[in-house]
Amino acid sequence: MTFLLFAEQLLNGLQFGIMLFLMAAGLTLVFGVMGLINLAHGSLYMIGAFAAATVAGLTGSFLLALAASLAAAAVAGAVIEMTVIRRLYKRDHLDQVLATFALILILSEGTRWVFGSFPLYLDVPSYLSGPVTLPGGIQYPLYRLTIIVAGLIVAAGLFALIARTRIGIQIRAGEADREMIAALGVDISKLYTLVFALGAALAGLAGAMVGAIQSVQVGMGEPVLILAFVVIVIGGIGSIKGALVGSLLVGVTDTMGGVLLPRMFGLFMDASAATTVGASLSSMLIYILMAAVLIVRPSGLYGSA
Amino acid sequence: MARETYINAALTLALVLVPLWAWSTGQAYILTLCTKVAILALAGVGLNIALGLGGLVSFGHAAFFGIGGYAMGILASHAQIMDPIAEWPFLIEGTKSMPVIWLVAMLASAFAALLIGALSLRTSGVYFIMITLAFGQMLYYFTIGWPAYGGEDGLSIYVRNSFPGLNTLVPAQFLILAYVILGLALLFSARLARAPFGLALTAARQNADRVETVGITPFKLRLVAFVISGAITGLAGALFADLNRFISPTMFSWHTSGEIMIFVILGGVGRLYGPVAGAALFILLEHLLGGISDYWLIYVGALLLGVVLFARGGLIGTLAGREVAHG
Amino acid sequence: MAEIVLQTNGISKSFGALKASDNISLDLRAGEIHALIGPNGAGKSTLIKQIAGNMQPDNGTVQFLGRDVTALDTVARARLGLGRTFQISALAMEFTVLQNAVLGALGERGGVFRFFRPVMKDRALLERAREALKRVGLQDHAATRTAELSHGQRRQLEVAVALTLKPKAFLMDEPMAGLGAGGSKRLTGFLDGLRAEAPILLVEHDMDAVFALADRISVLVYGQVIATGTAAEIRSNAEVRRAYLGEEDAA
Repeated sequence: MTFLLFAEQLLNGLQFGIMLFLMAAGLTLVFGVMGLINLAHGSLYMIGAFAAATVAGLTGSFLLALAASLAAAAVAGAVIEMTVIRRLYKRDHLDQVLATFALILILSEGTRWVFGSFPLYLDVPSYLSGPVTLPGGIQYPLYRLTIIVAGLIVAAGLFALIARTRIGIQIRAGEADREMIAALGVDISKLYTLVFALGAALAGLAGAMVGAIQSVQVGMGEPVLILAFVVIVIGGIGSIKGALVGSLLVGVTDTMGGVLLPRMFGLFMDASAATTVGASLSSMLIYILMAAVLIVRPSGLYGSA
Repeated sequence: MARETYINAALTLALVLVPLWAWSTGQAYILTLCTKVAILALAGVGLNIALGLGGLVSFGHAAFFGIGGYAMGILASHAQIMDPIAEWPFLIEGTKSMPVIWLVAMLASAFAALLIGALSLRTSGVYFIMITLAFGQMLYYFTIGWPAYGGEDGLSIYVRNSFPGLNTLVPAQFLILAYVILGLALLFSARLARAPFGLALTAARQNADRVETVGITPFKLRLVAFVISGAITGLAGALFADLNRFISPTMFSWHTSGEIMIFVILGGVGRLYGPVAGAALFILLEHLLGGISDYWLIYVGALLLGVVLFARGGLIGTLAGREVAHG
Repeated sequence: MAEIVLQTNGISKSFGALKASDNISLDLRAGEIHALIGPNGAGKSTLIKQIAGNMQPDNGTVQFLGRDVTALDTVARARLGLGRTFQISALAMEFTVLQNAVLGALGERGGVFRFFRPVMKDRALLERAREALKRVGLQDHAATRTAELSHGQRRQLEVAVALTLKPKAFLMDEPMAGLGAGGSKRLTGFLDGLRAEAPILLVEHDMDAVFALADRISVLVYGQVIATGTAAEIRSNAEVRRAYLGEEDAA
């Protein structure tokens, strides 16, 4: 395998990992602050992508599309939080799982009702299409590079938000002690809505950005959601840092495994068998990674409990 | 308690009378629907042992349902083309015999449950939910990427497998077979709930410290419950595959896990007949609403949401009152 | 001197800079009630956890029936015959009182992995469970749901479940807590007779009960045992007075 191909795949893994982080960050934040497991997080990703595709179709502007994805997902998140989710904070995890699974059914089928079953397409804008040449002579699509950079900026912003701002202090306090923060006069229900909407906006943004590479369709959020769960299990529930490390690990492992394993098996098998075995195994690789982390650290790399 | 018994009796009666009526009026389609109810209820009976008795919120029971289905698909497809599954280290032939297929399906899914359980029961709460979900998805993606048995497209078995003395292609006969198995599973799970194992398992759900203090290890109880639960759901998977004469990765999908859980919850978690009531209600909804709208799952979602938010005992719980009978 | 049943040898446990257990050595002998007292935050819970097996000491060993059990978990120690009651009732709240007692009897007898015979029709288990309930005075509540018991009745049930285990030693964490004066007196009378069956390591805040019952008392302060002795010795111990009453009163 050449260095160039290797570097390209590594960047692809990085890009995938960053997108996973945008999903996992919201999930882990909501769990850390409110103690809620939200299966419908993937639906917010889907809503972001559909909003972006619709607005891009109407206006032709990619930036407006991204703004629409953020806004639509945040609003949808806030509405869902205020109507359903807030009734679930004091319920057990089984109720949370079931109610948010019910939300998936409603949101997915509702989207199919409105937009139909055919995928929508969101085009990469012309100023972001085409490859760029990186140091070392690596040719890499500009759009994917933009995703990496944009994702890193959002991640940095999120860390700054939590570490430096009033909201961040409230979020961290809310993780530690809900009664205390309520006693300090913080409007806890407003904070919860805000945190949920923030997580939703991140998911919506991820959906829109990935939507331009893949197609925008009902159910697109589900595989990503489950990968985000794997990320959180690896990183430790409630830890943003764990979510970042876990995302990059899963992103790179999944991408590199898909490329490297078939080649590895190719060394001692015939090509078609190697491709088959390699592809099957590489689809299991991140789960094997998860199992390995669980054996060593049952509460994840950065988990506390 | 007494009221729950009446409801169970009424449900049993309905499950007997509906097929009798359908049989006498020659509506084979209704018979097939009833068979489907029985098989899906069986999957729910399996999950209910982990979820209802053990409090183990497994969102990965599709793994066992799928393994059961693929056990059937692999055995039957090799028998169909008369090609042995393996010739080394010893000859393994395919088979079309249901009892053998069921045994293999249960053993294979029990073994998978042992592995998945041993790993995921090291954790609890949300971790357990996410990990069982993830392992289910792992098998889903594996079957998609595994071309030998149809990959993403799945695999058709042209002739239903055989059971000694029956013609399984006659809907009524296959229905009776499914009913008998469901009945046995219900009997088994009722005995289990009242047996020493059931007492200790339900105690571990309520208070693990208590169980440890009397010298019993909760992990072992839960693992055994998970394995039994997986084996029963695996058997349901094999039957479901035989009902459709088709297997596909969808059997492994997390929507399948969610649906099995919906049967248990719609009916009433921890209730012996909960999965039966839930599966019957689900199939009824699918049949009635599916005719009205392509988007019938919206209504199922709304119903599920309503049950979770406002009627936590499920169907049987709402009808019979809140008291859950344990042991 | 009576034979030593349960013993800690210099066990220590730190959480960061906090020494919750500091080189604690104490023993429980056949036929006695050994009370462990100390102000809040003295490290009683941490000590109990290390003796019961919920927590591993950093240093030192725990011996039970002449055997080093430091590496064993709670389940193994329970099986050896360590009967524990909890400060906060750890009972299966959806069960009836009788079911909780049967669970104890089942744990002692073994054979949990039986899947067919109804456990609540097992005569031997029922007999033992009923006998234990009778001894603590709960026989009339056998069919009551545990969640409906009063706070005090739950403590009685805790003791009853421990009795079904036929333990070789009892480890009781504040069994009097939440009992009214009458209940406390009754339980005191009961524990008084129980010591002949198996010795009791008793953590208790109710000083009347402690001084009425204990053959020996150990006082734990800041993770250290500052005194062990009879009730009279402890009453007159200057260091104990200082710890409990404050510096000036001790003078």
